[in-house]
Amino acid sequence: MEKERQLLVVFPHPDDEAFGVSGTIASHVKNGTPVTYACLTLGEMGRNMGNPPFCNRESLPKIRKQELQDAANAIGIQDLRMLGYRDKTVEFEDPEKLIQHMGSIIEEVKPSLIISFYPGYSVHPDHDATGAAVVEAVKRMPKQERPKLNLVAFAKNCIDELGEPNIVNNVKATVSQKIAAIKAHKSQTQLMVANVEEKLKQKDPDMVAWLENERFWSYEIKD
Amino acid sequence: MEPAKIESVQKELDRLAKQDVFIHLETTNGAYATHNDESFFSSGAYIRNAKIQYEHGKITGPSPFRVGLKMDIGWVYAEGITHYEVDEKGRLLLAGHDFQGKLAVALEIGTTPFE
Repeated sequence: MEKERQLLVVFPHPDDEAFGVSGTIASHVKNGTPVTYACLTLGEMGRNMGNPPFCNRESLPKIRKQELQDAANAIGIQDLRMLGYRDKTVEFEDPEKLIQHMGSIIEEVKPSLIISFYPGYSVHPDHDATGAAVVEAVKRMPKQERPKLNLVAFAKNCIDELGEPNIVNNVKATVSQKIAAIKAHKSQTQLMVANVEEKLKQKDPDMVAWLENERFWSYEIKD
Repeated sequence: MEPAKIESVQKELDRLAKQDVFIHLETTNGAYATHNDESFFSSGAYIRNAKIQYEHGKITGPSPFRVGLKMDIGWVYAEGITHYEVDEKGRLLLAGHDFQGKLAVALEIGTTPFE
């Protein structure tokens, strides 16, 4: 993995960072790269409340805020920002406002690399809206100042239309931190974690590959 | 939250009637429903902090329960309610959780706005 001067991660929900990119983030932290993580919402609309329920619609954001903090600590993120948007409403925000907000963070943090979602290929409307705002904010920068964009996509048609991801990071070295980050989001992941750990114990090759390889598409801005 | 009981919920619905209240009403099947199953038609609705007054409210069952609020010139209702709670702010939180424990519907009533 190339050494970066500064990494900026932008995702809309606590736990978006955990599954697909936390090993990569932890690797950059290990390399001495400062990391800023801007998380737009607190995942207020999550549906997992536990069975029997241990939280409710109103207490869930407080729980997820703490989980986000715990996950950030697990992978060594020093600069965690919660931007105060509301889950499932990002796509309805004034796009100009969102682009300018993303632009102001980029201007302040001056990342050499941004990790976010690939607009149009990221399934959840908040993911696509976040990725679109980030891409547009970067596009508006002078060419020579633009950071690289490594984007995450997982729509069913992403390989067909975008091709295979051109960046695959092996994160074996930081996988324990990655698992800790996934576990930190326990309100959302407790159902799946037991299953993941069982498969890892059996060295299930698909599970190991899923966990140890993080995939990105580098996004080239066309002017 | 605990399993909804007709008597307890009815008492709260009566307490909050005939005054300005704020409601949160949502139905959801999750943002990934169609991603996980292409034959699934994803839908949902969401209102947060609508200010209303209702003349009377009623819970009917058996569980999963239905809850309706009759207003001067309209109605609010939710079906699939399984759990309830009165939170520290005296707000009545009603929710319906599916067989995996995931929230599918919520109706919440409070005398102060939801954050």
